[in-house]
Amino acid sequence: MANKIWVFIEQEKGNLAQPSLEALGEARRLAGSGGVTALLFGQNVGGLAPTLFAHGADEVLLADDATLAEFRVEAYGGLLLKLAREQQPEVVLAGATTRGRDVLGWAAVDLESGVLADVIALDYADGKLSATRPVYAGKLQSTVVAQRQPALASLRPRAFPKPEPDAARTGSVVSVAPALAEAELATKVVETVVEDGRVSLADARIIVSGGRGVGGPEGFAPVRALAETLGAAVGASRAAVDAGWIPYAHQVGQTGKTVSPDLYVAIGISGAIQHQAGMRSAKTIVAINKDPEAPIFKLARYGVVGDLFKVVPALTAEFKKRLGK
Amino acid sequence: MHIVVCVKQTPDSAAKVGVDGGKVSWGDASLVVNPWDEYAIEEAIRLKEKYGGKASAISMGPETAKDALKTCLAMGCDEAFLISDPALKGSDALATSYVLAKAIEKFGDVDVVLFGKQAIDGDTGLVPVAVARRLGWAPLTYIIKIAELDPAAKTIKVERLLEEGKQVVTSRLPAVISTVKDINEPRYPSFLGIRKSAKAVIPTWTAADLGCEPGKIGAAGSAMQWPQVNPLPTRQGTVEMIEGSPEEIAAKLADKLMSDKVI
Repeated sequence: MANKIWVFIEQEKGNLAQPSLEALGEARRLAGSGGVTALLFGQNVGGLAPTLFAHGADEVLLADDATLAEFRVEAYGGLLLKLAREQQPEVVLAGATTRGRDVLGWAAVDLESGVLADVIALDYADGKLSATRPVYAGKLQSTVVAQRQPALASLRPRAFPKPEPDAARTGSVVSVAPALAEAELATKVVETVVEDGRVSLADARIIVSGGRGVGGPEGFAPVRALAETLGAAVGASRAAVDAGWIPYAHQVGQTGKTVSPDLYVAIGISGAIQHQAGMRSAKTIVAINKDPEAPIFKLARYGVVGDLFKVVPALTAEFKKRLGK
Repeated sequence: MHIVVCVKQTPDSAAKVGVDGGKVSWGDASLVVNPWDEYAIEEAIRLKEKYGGKASAISMGPETAKDALKTCLAMGCDEAFLISDPALKGSDALATSYVLAKAIEKFGDVDVVLFGKQAIDGDTGLVPVAVARRLGWAPLTYIIKIAELDPAAKTIKVERLLEEGKQVVTSRLPAVISTVKDINEPRYPSFLGIRKSAKAVIPTWTAADLGCEPGKIGAAGSAMQWPQVNPLPTRQGTVEMIEGSPEEIAAKLADKLMSDKVI
């Protein structure tokens, strides 16, 4: 019998996306004694199957084809939809990433189902999938219940633990054919430009962010230095992005990215409500600001009132010493 | 070219949103055009200015959403339509995408549909891709740049913003595009635009006007329910201030973060 819990796996040029592994871990938990099926689409990606088994999959449905070499929602969503119709899973999970959101939204239309989007907790009982998800940019939390099957859910990156791999786990690989031929696809990918060495904000365990207080583009130098020492991603407030000091891809907040790192270091960020919306689910927040009244201190675990241009380099030097860098 | 921009009215992003008697409340904060949609409106107007044709704005929502549509007109859209009907209440993203697709089909001659990447209230980001699927049009989501557009050949080249970088995509038209912030700098409505929009008549389309099947809209047409909305659990603990010289602060903070096992 087909497995009831499925996970859509994301890879870019053979690199597995961390949110997919988190989704596998959650799928394993929801499946209980049942099996978990991972959907692996791409070109020359079959080598990833053992990693998926190690992280909780029991079966991999592998589609390996030139039409799937680059992510396209038509091709990927179309195949997910076809497989779901044939095999009728009860639940399909994905990471709440640009790809995961699109694939589930696309398939939901034809499956006449809905997506529990960007959830931070899931529960599956008596055939009903329910979830908790942030709404109003994280200012509130909503309980949502899927009324139809298959229930689709996208999982907020880092809201679910990444499972410990178990190399002893194995499973079966089943090859499947793509649903659509190249001629049936409206979009063509010309190229994917990957920014080398950039730590993805959504996946980052530590984020060091700069705001208006850094004073200019060169003010991000100490922010970057600390981030590099800690192996962290660099974030920014809207004020710094709008001023043109750092590209938009770094923006954290209501009109930027929502992040949930273990540690968020807010440097020269006052903590406007829109910024808080993007980072308040960080486990530990450190605020460094010259204004003792800055709202960010209300969220912070540790606060420093002082000159960031003195405190941050001192912190970088201290961690270099302690981390042996 | 006929460009349609879909907008939603939301509470202002600075609103202190809370829960009152099980319902979401935002006090006396104003209702605005969903901030993400401003980029879509701007792009719709730019496409019209560059290639000629017409930019139409549509919004599904209560009567008050006409104010959001007036903002679209004041910025430079040519016409606006409100989709409003008690039967639409309780629509989820699936049902909403059905209604919007019906409205877009009603125009009959649309080349490009624009959305903001998501609305700041529901935050699902599902509607643009679902509308594309319903219409059978090209899905172009998270767009930071429209690099080329050929209205005669009906082709487009765009850049998409992904987690790890950019994806350059070519496609045929018609297409459904969702925009992200980097795509442009939305203009402010002009004085003349505001005066014109104040007098504009915004027609209302009902579900029946769009030919919607009753079973596909509202709560009945939705695949999910949201029985409860709760305020956030309050963050535990209060801030511990670290003081001293920069070097002392650095040493103390490093001690704490390492003993907390955060680093």
